[in-house]
Amino acid sequence: MSYLIGENMTGGYGKGADILHDCTIGVEKGEIAVIVGPNGAGKSTAMKAIFGMLNLRKGAVRLDGQDITHMSPQDKVRAGMGFVPQNHNVFTGMTVQENLEMGAYIRDDDFSGTMEQVFELFPILKEKRRQAAGELSGGQRQQVAVGRALMTSPKLLMLDEPTAGVSPIVMDELFDRIIEVARTGIAILMVEQNARQALNIADKGYVLVQGRNRFTDTGAALLANPEVRKSFLGG
Amino acid sequence: MTDLLNALALMGNYVIVPGLAYGSQLALGALGVTLIYSILRFSNFAHGDTMAFGAMLTILVTWWFQSMGITAGPLPTALLALPFGIIGTVAFALITDRVVYRYYRRVKAASIVTMMASVGVMFVMNGMVRVIIGPQEQRFADGARFIIKAREFKEMTGLSEGVSIRTTQAITVVVALIVVALLFWFLQKSRTGKAMRAYADNEDLALLSGINPDKVVLVAWIIAATLATIAGTLYGLDKSFKPFTYFQLLLPIFASAIVGGIGNPVGAVAGGFVIAFSEMSFTYAYKRFAGYLLPPDWVPDGLLQLLGTDYKFAVSFVILVLVLLVRPTGIFRGKVL
Repeated sequence: MSYLIGENMTGGYGKGADILHDCTIGVEKGEIAVIVGPNGAGKSTAMKAIFGMLNLRKGAVRLDGQDITHMSPQDKVRAGMGFVPQNHNVFTGMTVQENLEMGAYIRDDDFSGTMEQVFELFPILKEKRRQAAGELSGGQRQQVAVGRALMTSPKLLMLDEPTAGVSPIVMDELFDRIIEVARTGIAILMVEQNARQALNIADKGYVLVQGRNRFTDTGAALLANPEVRKSFLGG
Repeated sequence: MTDLLNALALMGNYVIVPGLAYGSQLALGALGVTLIYSILRFSNFAHGDTMAFGAMLTILVTWWFQSMGITAGPLPTALLALPFGIIGTVAFALITDRVVYRYYRRVKAASIVTMMASVGVMFVMNGMVRVIIGPQEQRFADGARFIIKAREFKEMTGLSEGVSIRTTQAITVVVALIVVALLFWFLQKSRTGKAMRAYADNEDLALLSGINPDKVVLVAWIIAATLATIAGTLYGLDKSFKPFTYFQLLLPIFASAIVGGIGNPVGAVAGGFVIAFSEMSFTYAYKRFAGYLLPPDWVPDGLLQLLGTDYKFAVSFVILVLVLLVRPTGIFRGKVL
């Protein structure tokens, strides 16, 4: 039984057609699970389904054994889930520090320790903490976005294409940070376009095709699987 | 030298002092408009009439206080009545939100639809004010009329031009300074203020961060109604209270908000003064001013007035159009309408 599991999820946006069909995705504490697949495979949709942003017609989402299928996204944040959307994931007009403060909005306790941890993880943010997040580079913005989500001290962190639009060097750096976050015992679930690099750091990989689980295995095994290589990793 | 000082005194008396007061009133009005725009995402056409409504409530309480013999000494009694006007207007704004705007938020109506609803609210408030207090002009300023009279200024400085500062003008500027300082402190430093900025910046991410949208909207209305009442009362004290003029104030107020950059509070304040001083300097007759600075035979016979005061709204309108054409984000890079 995984720490977080979305089981047999079937559903779509609003009253539209189903995008996910019997899709199952899970992740353990301290592990990195990666969802990969071609464009339109429903990768982001699967993530949003887990986070409660679309209606599931079938299936269930459980966090630590508790059914959270019908919990609102806001309540899920309180329950220990952090979500970093793909686009518009920082408050551009606010400073880096204010972004982090807003991440900790639901906390009534002293969160200065958590902010220190985030600054340790992303030293550049400490340097630029008085600068508006909208003035930062793409990679730095992503760090702000991840940092904001970490401010609630989540037990599960969900990242929707954290490396979209950043250079390969910045991507490697971001992946290193994500591994560090996972080492602190946080479960990480992410959707990635850069399938090969993502599977490299993944404990578990899910290859989705048209809203269905096509392959599910450890990251290393998927990378070694000739069929996966041929169809999804470009040989 | 005396001629130069006389010319400056003349400008001070007819452009700078009234411009500062008028600019403060516009800034307070524009802050309310900009706040509603950035939080509720529509242009609130009822803001001018909310100012009239708030001023009306304040006037009614002022009259009641005056009838009981309560005054504020040299200050206008209206300042004592202001908190009651604010409470009443906030209540009215919250009821309006409940019965009108909340529905449009629920159905996620387009901004233009909510804006048209606000035009409806505007007419309702407009009618209410006229029914309750009447369409005619009301004066309610009391206390000392002047801080510095023109004659005293002349005696003090020995100049032939005097600068007079009316109590209401000084109060307008001081109150506006205090209110703007408080508002900026609130938005920059307080938890709720930051949450409001976050909500204005990125609504979805604010929701993901656990910010309660109902609370943000509630606080936005409270602040906007408070600002409207203060702006309306100050304007009424400074000039006089007439419901129709508040409806007309919508244009310079929106011009201020847009010129400064709508959604940007700093822009609203800057825009207020830009519009106020433009109106003042375009409609001022410079004949006497030129008389001090130019050799006597160079002074033209005309008034040297660019526009009659009747056309002062044209100034806001032209500036508004120019800004929308040339720099739609306004001076301080607000949102594009």
